[in-house]
Amino acid sequence: MVLEKDDTEILAKNNIIVTTLEKMFNWGRAHSFWPLSYGCNCCPMEMMAAGAARFDIARYGYEVFRASPRQADLLVVAGPITLKMRPVVERVYEQMPEPKWVLAMGNCAISGGPFKDGYSVLPGADTLFKVDVYVPGCPPRPEGLFHGLLELKKQVQGKA
Amino acid sequence: MENVELLFLNIAKFIFNWLQSIGLSPLWADFVMLVIKFACIAGIVTVNILILIWLERKVSGFIQQRLGPNRLGPFGIFQTVADAIKLLTKEDIIPSRTDKFIFRTAPIFFIIISLMLYIVIPFGDGMQIVDLNIGVFYFLSVGSLATIAILMAGWGSNNKWSLLGAMRSVAQMITYEIPLAFSLLGIIMIAGSLRMSDIIAAQSNVWFILLQPIAFITYFIAATAELNRGPFDMPEAEQELTAGAYTEYTGMRWALFFLAEYTNLFAVSAIAATMFFGGWQGPFLPSWLWLPIKAYLIMMIFFWIKWTFPRIRMDHLMSFSWKVLIPISLANIILTGCGIHLFRWMGWW
Repeated sequence: MVLEKDDTEILAKNNIIVTTLEKMFNWGRAHSFWPLSYGCNCCPMEMMAAGAARFDIARYGYEVFRASPRQADLLVVAGPITLKMRPVVERVYEQMPEPKWVLAMGNCAISGGPFKDGYSVLPGADTLFKVDVYVPGCPPRPEGLFHGLLELKKQVQGKA
Repeated sequence: MENVELLFLNIAKFIFNWLQSIGLSPLWADFVMLVIKFACIAGIVTVNILILIWLERKVSGFIQQRLGPNRLGPFGIFQTVADAIKLLTKEDIIPSRTDKFIFRTAPIFFIIISLMLYIVIPFGDGMQIVDLNIGVFYFLSVGSLATIAILMAGWGSNNKWSLLGAMRSVAQMITYEIPLAFSLLGIIMIAGSLRMSDIIAAQSNVWFILLQPIAFITYFIAATAELNRGPFDMPEAEQELTAGAYTEYTGMRWALFFLAEYTNLFAVSAIAATMFFGGWQGPFLPSWLWLPIKAYLIMMIFFWIKWTFPRIRMDHLMSFSWKVLIPISLANIILTGCGIHLFRWMGWW
């Protein structure tokens, strides 16, 4: 149930105070996305560059790339999803614990990119699950990925 | 100065006297004191871990010419708090085909074992929960129980990566248990006691690192393997085994394993400081500051090694222990024995 501002005022008059616990949780979640190590070819190169010395994703606290989907919060779909890969991506997504987010990195993940009309490629990751942030580019630079992550941070904190 | 040195002992004495004044018998007052001491240990461990994880991320950043977390608070010190909040509020997944009881109890068992290690650590002059006459033996035997917890996690998860990781971990920890014990044996021979306070008293003139330099090196390498830290982090080899024994664990259950590893890290470093670097002894500062300072310096070497060396192969790991570490530590024991006899014969000691 989502409380509007008027509702909380009415509740407060009846001695029920709504705490901001959810806000605190969202603050924690927004500042520690742990991405799943998953990618195709050229976008992951930019992802690796984002983790390395020149760009350093660790500044935002997002550098903990987990190999197991059970410990990851963020699925960065970096690359086209082929029909062969589709069941794997779906399973990995299902294995991640809630709350989880999806970031589509690069044109392939957004719409299929240059492989859009191919017989074996899905036209975008959003045909499989809800995508929270799209980062266009072919591949996007690490700055682009950071911008996407910071937009996602705003979304999670309800400021977008 | 005197008051600062005795700060915690005076607090303990005050609470003990107060408990007796409200009508508790000395036995019950002792029991309540023990509970308070365990609560203090839990507090120390929690604060320690928050600092340690932040420190490891910062140090790894500096080693790789990065900045490390720096957005939350000054120098990013609230990064671990954010991570903890997130892990606490994650969904708790227990896969349907797991052995539920073992799966649930494994992380709890692991953290209990690592907390049990803190009972024998002398945090300062007279600041030890129990000064066991078999302190070193207790440390080694309780420390080796962690193997069972990891095996429980691997078996209970019903996942092939978990089981492989757990098997590797068991092999590694049992193998490195032997040089770990052997390297401490030389010190026990010189000090003539297994009691921590006796070992510290024996170091009032010279630290054992100067008498037993080889033992320190073997202890350090074996401890790195015991802690499952890089370059010996075989059980969690991400490229091969996803996340090893912890593959199926989510949120707080996984975090408990993580916490326990850092808890063990501090315990092992504190024991290294006690055995080789004179424990809480040191000039100017109070004794309860010297042990953390020494332990943190040793942990810095652990961090340094982890972020500098690549992971070594499983068979190399095993053969390194059996063919290099165990012979060296055995030779060290013989050398120490001969040295003690020579010194006595010459009348130097």
